Amino acid sequence: MAVRTRTGLVLARMLQALPTIAGVIVVTFVMTRMLPGDPAVYFAGPMATPESIAEIRHQLGLDRSLFEQFWVYLGDLARGDLGMSLVAGGPVTEEIMRRLPASMELTMFGLAFALGVALPLGVLAATRPNSWVDHLCRLIVTLGVSLPTFFTGLLLIYVFYYLAGIAPAPVGRLDFITPPPPHLTGFYTFDALIAGQFATFWGALTQLVLPAVSLGVFALAPIARMTRGAMLQVLSSDFIRAARAAGLKPRTVLVTYAFRNALLPVLTTVGIVFSFMLGANVLVEKVFAWPGLGSFALEALVASDYASIQGFVLTMTMMFVVLNLIIDILYTLVDRRLEVSG
Amino acid sequence: MLINRRNVLTGSAAVAALPLLRIMPAAAGTPGDVLIVALGDFPNSLDIHRKGSNRPSYMTSMMLYDRLVGFGVKTNADGSATYDASVITPELAESWEIAADGKSITFHIRKDATFAGGRSVTAQDVKWSFDRAVGVGGFPPAQMRAGLMAGPDQFVVVDDHTFRVDFPKPSKLSLPDIAVPIPFVLDSELVKKNATTEDPWGREFVYKNHAGGGAYLVESYEPGQQITLTRNENWKSGPKPPLKRVVLRQVPSSATRRALIERGDVDINFNVPAKDAKEMAAAGGNVVIAGGPIANSIHGVALNYKYKPLDNLLVRQAISHVIPYEQIFEAAAYGRGTKLYGATWADGKSPSIAWPQAFPYSTDVDKARALMKEAGIDGFETEIGFNLSLAHWMEPTALLIQEGLAKIGIKASINKVPGANWRTLALIEKKVPINLTNFGGWLNYGEYYAFFQYRAESMFNSSSYRNEEVERLIVETLHMPVDDPQHDPNVRRLIDIVAADVPMIPLYQPYLDVAMQPGVKGYVSQYHRQLDARPIAKG
Repeated sequence: MAVRTRTGLVLARMLQALPTIAGVIVVTFVMTRMLPGDPAVYFAGPMATPESIAEIRHQLGLDRSLFEQFWVYLGDLARGDLGMSLVAGGPVTEEIMRRLPASMELTMFGLAFALGVALPLGVLAATRPNSWVDHLCRLIVTLGVSLPTFFTGLLLIYVFYYLAGIAPAPVGRLDFITPPPPHLTGFYTFDALIAGQFATFWGALTQLVLPAVSLGVFALAPIARMTRGAMLQVLSSDFIRAARAAGLKPRTVLVTYAFRNALLPVLTTVGIVFSFMLGANVLVEKVFAWPGLGSFALEALVASDYASIQGFVLTMTMMFVVLNLIIDILYTLVDRRLEVSG
Repeated sequence: MLINRRNVLTGSAAVAALPLLRIMPAAAGTPGDVLIVALGDFPNSLDIHRKGSNRPSYMTSMMLYDRLVGFGVKTNADGSATYDASVITPELAESWEIAADGKSITFHIRKDATFAGGRSVTAQDVKWSFDRAVGVGGFPPAQMRAGLMAGPDQFVVVDDHTFRVDFPKPSKLSLPDIAVPIPFVLDSELVKKNATTEDPWGREFVYKNHAGGGAYLVESYEPGQQITLTRNENWKSGPKPPLKRVVLRQVPSSATRRALIERGDVDINFNVPAKDAKEMAAAGGNVVIAGGPIANSIHGVALNYKYKPLDNLLVRQAISHVIPYEQIFEAAAYGRGTKLYGATWADGKSPSIAWPQAFPYSTDVDKARALMKEAGIDGFETEIGFNLSLAHWMEPTALLIQEGLAKIGIKASINKVPGANWRTLALIEKKVPINLTNFGGWLNYGEYYAFFQYRAESMFNSSSYRNEEVERLIVETLHMPVDDPQHDPNVRRLIDIVAADVPMIPLYQPYLDVAMQPGVKGYVSQYHRQLDARPIAKG
């Protein structure tokens, strides 16, 4: 039995990611070319003539063989060039870099909200099965999975903005008048704090609340359910009974012994949910006018904008790969068994 | 707490009761000298000559750049204002003369006009900009050709402030075509400084940077989010815009835009869906709906001659009598349009050259049955195709037509074509038997519309229609002055033929609906279907 170090584990995981990335590059390339629609016709605009369409097709390199196009694409990719986005007007890389932080900031706040509600709810429900907390947990979980995010979003806007007037206008990351903070990370809340612009920070934060909650409501269901299930299982196991019998404080038993051991499946779920949320963003972004990646991908799809779609899918894949890597590394921290197994 | 049916029902009843709880606080309001506009479709470029620039880009171009001339404004009977195609007004050119033979126009450029950088506008800049419009490829040269402008040798610098355009023959379309957004005037020195050998027209520079001297300047530009414009205090080409700043913000969801306008957080919600427009107009009160028919635009049903038996006149006539026009007008247009059906024409002759005008088609199933019988066709299978991006009106329309066709034994399946594929399938390859069309022309003449919709060669002719007399009439009339004695008879003949041949069945002329706060004044409905904020004031 070989003993594997943590560094070794991490390196092995990274190597495993390479075939995934290569596969995604090939698949996205082929898939985008199988989409209906001819980008040359789309961008030749109204009043197009066969000549102007041919000219644009040539400019886009679409008149070359598929293999040649793929070769050119690989070369560009190696230089970090994702091509020109036709819907956005500029380079795809630039567009993704501008929009990624917006989506990330929203997703992270959404996840923070989901964790903040789901973890305590799951733990409480598990410690008091069939009490009102447990039923509340079940109700929230059912609502969370059954309400589509855009509907939650519209409902929240209707109640908190339209009727009550408490929430700020759902117009994106900041109101009409406030300029964005100086660019550092692209996270408006963080950048505003660093620059000491507290009004901007507050503005960005209040704009985040409703979209983050709509996203979070959808995400908290699986987390709460998994926390409850894992906690129930752990709480009924022998070592907990032993710990209780030994007269340890209930708090210690619950937090140090039970919760820590229940965390593993929860962590996996959080990983899946996070990736899922990046996808669910599309509709929330549309409802809240959030200038993120989702709305961009949607626009690109409608226009058969190859470069943008490929860039979007590739970015998402990279994020999944990195995320899975992080979760795997976190595993090794939570679960010591991984270190010596092999 | 138990989750049982009663609890859940009470819960949903509470949600359903929400609209009744409307305790709307007073409108928040927007700053007095700023116009805040919510847009669903957002400009993706500051340079409308660039490949891939979308329609909303015309909006910013109109405000950031000058053209030599513009269109006038007329007030309608209901007090609303629309552009006036028959009046050309000075913009960068303070005056112009048309040569006696009609084959050249000489423009006198304002001597006090400057670009944002401070340089004077010269005839050299104008020529360079016109050269660019015919030289960049794609849509701009095609629009220039509509006004008989094809090459740089037609654009002549007479002196620093005099510019002449020569034409191969006189045309009524030439001067209006100089007023459309395409031939806008750029600071040629500034662009040339930022151009490269691969990109001699500086498109990479102009799509992100302002290089003109229009009524407004770019204060900030965050693509896909917000464009803030500030008034150009040195602008001389027209009346000073009343508002200091214009904020354009992208808000993709129409439901969100409606909430914003009703709450008073935006001044204008541009291009409102017909359903919202109808509801808000009916509610009255705090939001004003300015809607008017889009000039020279028709929502219609094209019948493709390539697919038998749609090439049979009797079948096409029968179809024109089973379309439930009224229902479509209510369910697809929500009444926001002008009806283009149900006219009675004496002897099949159109009463005027007005375009679009109501056609002599109406729902009459018995007549349709008789026509099918006369054609000797019991029924057949076909397909109705529509563009999914325009599903808001096309989907209900297609379903209603399907229902109507079933009454005379025509079994039509519905093909929802993704927006990206529509142009290829319906317009280039012409592979949709019954298809819904929405063509509109910038220049407001029936013969101009016919040039795109009814000419055999045209991309927009999704009926694959060809009629030799129509071809001849279009060529003859397109550039003919409207006061030519032959003009009106030609146009009326053109309308009579396309009404008799039934290649395309007009349904209605759509509205462009705009929701505004009551204090917003001076809005003009434009042929380019975009917002021009220059004349807008707030009271």
